[in-house]
Amino acid sequence: MSSSPHAASIEVEGLVKQFKKGPRAVDGIDLQVAPGEIYGFLGPNGAGKSTTVLMLTTLLPPTAGSARVAGWEVATDGARVRESIGAALQEAALDPFLTGREHMRLQTSLHGIPKAERMRRGDELIERVGLSDASDRKVGGYSGGMKRRLDLALALVHGPRILFLDEPTTGLDPQSRASLWEEVERLSKEDGVTVFLTTQYLEEADALANRVGIIDRGRIVAEGTPAALKAEIGEPSLEVVPADPDRRDAMSAVLQRFSAGGDCVHHEHGSVGVRLKGGDAAMADVVRALDADGIAVASLQLHAPTLDDVFLDKTGRSLEGSGDGEDEDDGAYVGEQRQEGAVA
Amino acid sequence: MNVRARTQISELARRSLVRTIRQPAQVVPAITFPLFLFAINAAGLDAAAGLPGFPAPDYLTWIIAVPFMQAGLFAVAGLGADLARDIETGFLDRLALTPLSRTGLVSGQMAGTVALGVFQGLVFLAVGLAAGATLETGLPGAVVLILLEIAIVFAFGLIGITAAFRFGNGEAVQGLFPLLFVFLFLSTMALPADLIQQDWFRAIAEHNPVSFIFDGIRSLFYGGWDATALAEAFGVAAAISLVFMPLAVRALNARVVRT
Repeated sequence: MSSSPHAASIEVEGLVKQFKKGPRAVDGIDLQVAPGEIYGFLGPNGAGKSTTVLMLTTLLPPTAGSARVAGWEVATDGARVRESIGAALQEAALDPFLTGREHMRLQTSLHGIPKAERMRRGDELIERVGLSDASDRKVGGYSGGMKRRLDLALALVHGPRILFLDEPTTGLDPQSRASLWEEVERLSKEDGVTVFLTTQYLEEADALANRVGIIDRGRIVAEGTPAALKAEIGEPSLEVVPADPDRRDAMSAVLQRFSAGGDCVHHEHGSVGVRLKGGDAAMADVVRALDADGIAVASLQLHAPTLDDVFLDKTGRSLEGSGDGEDEDDGAYVGEQRQEGAVA
Repeated sequence: MNVRARTQISELARRSLVRTIRQPAQVVPAITFPLFLFAINAAGLDAAAGLPGFPAPDYLTWIIAVPFMQAGLFAVAGLGADLARDIETGFLDRLALTPLSRTGLVSGQMAGTVALGVFQGLVFLAVGLAAGATLETGLPGAVVLILLEIAIVFAFGLIGITAAFRFGNGEAVQGLFPLLFVFLFLSTMALPADLIQQDWFRAIAEHNPVSFIFDGIRSLFYGGWDATALAEAFGVAAAISLVFMPLAVRALNARVVRT
């Protein structure tokens, strides 16, 4: 159908996913991702990230709107889209009874790579992700990081122009996370691969993405480069931990007087955060006000705006833990709904 | 079928085979449990062969048919559990993102189960003959027996596939196992229908499709070639396949709704 070349690798207009008897998981999002760009799709659990990825990878039909990937309409040209993309979805989708090399053999065969090239291609990718020594071991014995790296290598066997990574570093240790970031950056910079990466980690979006889309409750609430988004916020954030945890509410009332907008945020680790009106200069006033009310402080930190501040500014909630207890995990919900073919 | 599709199916079949071989917990009970039941029945119910009208020369030759049928039940559990695991781990999504056809996906997954079924059939036959059962139809009968075993595991494997695609988790698939065991026991498994005293039990056993499969298997062991019994046994396996193939495809279509 729409086979004409497009400037953007991914173009989404008014994309909606309404589950039968369920929530509107994706509620009319628009976005564009340029070739070679790393686009970070940031949001809490249940925000609609995985549902969006499943629609863009043709595994879930949209309810409304349109999405073109590599110039092909996902709703009508699924096979063409799949030829152009690689995907590592939530959880490394591997067979614990097969070795890394056997996974490569299967994946290269299923993608129709000529027999003569299969082994060379498989070995090359295994080496690239640093799994040569483990390639003949069963995947059931791999660490989380090794599984994720193999998952990434499998997504690349057919040389896709566009790569979808759904929370690729969730649950990984810092070293494995850094190793995966390095490979994703290399793919984008050296191979020109477009990367659509969902994450709930602020630092991941900040470190990797050229541009970030922040999604909450199915809607994109902010979009831009990490630097531009943070610059919009302007004011720094102040995070204070009371010496007496019972005085958190009293402290919150004091800090609210210095807020640049929005309510104070109570973090899980016992601190209270506020976007500080007047920036650094207001610090002394805050300390004096707390002292005047007899509230002792255990620690006090002023930090430059982060993507969490952007999320807070747009939604009134902190990104950290904001999905907990609200909804089921996006992916888990989708899994339940997909078995019913539940497209309303 | 083109070369690419053949390659895809053969590689998926290879994976299915490798995965089956590497799961002793799946292979060992599928061999030992039916043989264990066979040994208990053969020893404990031996006197039943002395009942007037008992058709087999001895009870061992009668009861050897049961392990062949039980292989079908293990096919439901094994194949269903493997497929359910693929769904739970997202491996099915990985396959759905490749150019693999739906037919290729189902047939490729079946290979390991069919191979296990052939192996089970050969072991059961060898153990049965070693224990003293007779196979009147000889080597050609052994070949037909293995073909019938393939038909049985294929048909029952489709039930496992359907359940896995429908429910998407291993526990639900395993839940079918005792249900199917009830079907097994409410058949001519232990005694011919004529010798079942309870009217309701006899009525069920006479019409239970499993009984027709038993008749086909047993016809190869004693009484000489019986085309009708064999046709009915293969017919029941074919009918189960014909019913569950579209159900499996329908469940697959609902599970993998790629555009």
